Amino acid sequence: MINIFEVNETNKMIQQENLDVRTITMGISLLDCADSDLNRLNQKIYDKITTCAKDLVKTGKDIEKEFGIPIVNKRISITPIAMVGASACRTPEDYVEIAKTLDRAARAVGVNFLGGYSAVVSKGMTTSDELLIRSIPQALAQTEFICSSVNVGSTKTGINMDAVKLMGEIVKETAEVTRDKDSLGCAKLVVLCNAPDDNPFMAGAFHGVSEADCIINVGVSGPGVVKYALESVREADFEVLCETIKKTAFKITRVGQLVAQEASKRLGVPFGIIDLSLAPTPAVGDSVADILEGIGLEKAGAPGTTAALALLNDQVKKGGVMASSYVGGLSGAFIPVSEDQGMIDSVLAGALTIEKLEAMTCVCSVGLDMIAIPGDTKPSTISGIIADEAAIGMVNQKTTAVRIIPVIGKNVGDTVEFGGLLGYAPIMPVNSFDCSRFVNRSGRIPAPIHSFKN
Amino acid sequence: MKKVVITVVGKDTVGIIARVCTYLAEAGINILDISQTIVSGYFNMMMIVDMTSSKKTFDEVSAELDRAGEEIGVSIKCQREEIFDMMHRI
Repeated sequence: MINIFEVNETNKMIQQENLDVRTITMGISLLDCADSDLNRLNQKIYDKITTCAKDLVKTGKDIEKEFGIPIVNKRISITPIAMVGASACRTPEDYVEIAKTLDRAARAVGVNFLGGYSAVVSKGMTTSDELLIRSIPQALAQTEFICSSVNVGSTKTGINMDAVKLMGEIVKETAEVTRDKDSLGCAKLVVLCNAPDDNPFMAGAFHGVSEADCIINVGVSGPGVVKYALESVREADFEVLCETIKKTAFKITRVGQLVAQEASKRLGVPFGIIDLSLAPTPAVGDSVADILEGIGLEKAGAPGTTAALALLNDQVKKGGVMASSYVGGLSGAFIPVSEDQGMIDSVLAGALTIEKLEAMTCVCSVGLDMIAIPGDTKPSTISGIIADEAAIGMVNQKTTAVRIIPVIGKNVGDTVEFGGLLGYAPIMPVNSFDCSRFVNRSGRIPAPIHSFKN
Repeated sequence: MKKVVITVVGKDTVGIIARVCTYLAEAGINILDISQTIVSGYFNMMMIVDMTSSKKTFDEVSAELDRAGEEIGVSIKCQREEIFDMMHRI
């Protein structure tokens, strides 16, 4: 039987070390809603979401109460809307109407976010993909709960540079149309390479076409727990360090597995995957940068940071796969800037630059995330940053992403406040040398040689 | 069996266990195991109980124990046992 020390250890993780289940995300396929009439399509989408997810939030709260574990977010991911709206939408404005419908549905069921206002254009763009992409700035400006993502490349297909060029412009335009809220729209827009179909984390969540009609994915978190665990092994060798991280990741993931099983049973919806990412929050101690410092760096960004992050990411995966048979999504350490107090401190101290963050994305589970840059950054420069990240993802056969916020009217030295889980961020300098001639070449970058496995 | 772990943490005082046990007896909840320590001056108790023949729902028990805890100046929490089993047993 469980003993008092084990009970105390679990409760200490929850109460003092910020252990939580970050999200229960219900993936809903909207493919069966497709219709050539926009009004009918909107009605079908609204009905399907509000039917499938009607008990999602209540079930999440019940589980939270019974097990005493906070479940921070309840979310929905849907089939990329560019596919669902293809036969009904003739203009970007038509897509904005769908965004508003999705927003109403999200509000009706009480979820925190709804992801999947997306297009998958890793090789080429259809007309409807392009219309959706062009509608993103207005869709994000006119809605509250919608998250948008565009997949511009993959290891199998290469990088769609036309889409990369367009996304640089779209990110900038989104920043412009949400300038009264410090360009907050860009915090809900992510550009991906090798996007997973089952990611429960925002802003990149969507319900891929390889998925079932309705599934439950769970994202666990707990950088704070790893950080506290490392305090007891400050002087130990790498073997002990790795063992400690692995065991902690195992324990965290088991909680996620339990929550996923319970949610799946109570909602009568099959369980998809556990995403065992270390997702930081602005709360003190709930920081991936703090873990890196615990491993032995003065500040995140110091020489050795990439190696420490590679080790951390690998041990998290190794502990996690033992704890659940279905691990998926992004599963690793997230390194957002604004959502992580330790990262913010490193930027302010001058220890961490965008270039170092880019190196770190080669070994962690996502990419350049929640980074505020000067509002006068050129769209072509943003496209260049996206292309660099996509190339890292394509060549290393991993997911990479760019979620940067050109904050209109602000410059290096200023700070921007997004609020809540999104946190705040100092504006970081961007290399200002021009890359427009590169970005303006049309076409795509071919898939790398190691993708030809047939 | 519907096992629930009840933890009581707070300043040590007379009658904490009596209060909790009386409540559980009246609610028809069977105690399977009790252990207790004092950690740096703080009272720390864990009980494993079986709620199979409880007259009240989990929500009621949880809320009423929470209130009882407030009255005697300790924190009382109820959690289903599975969360501890999952984390500490393979």
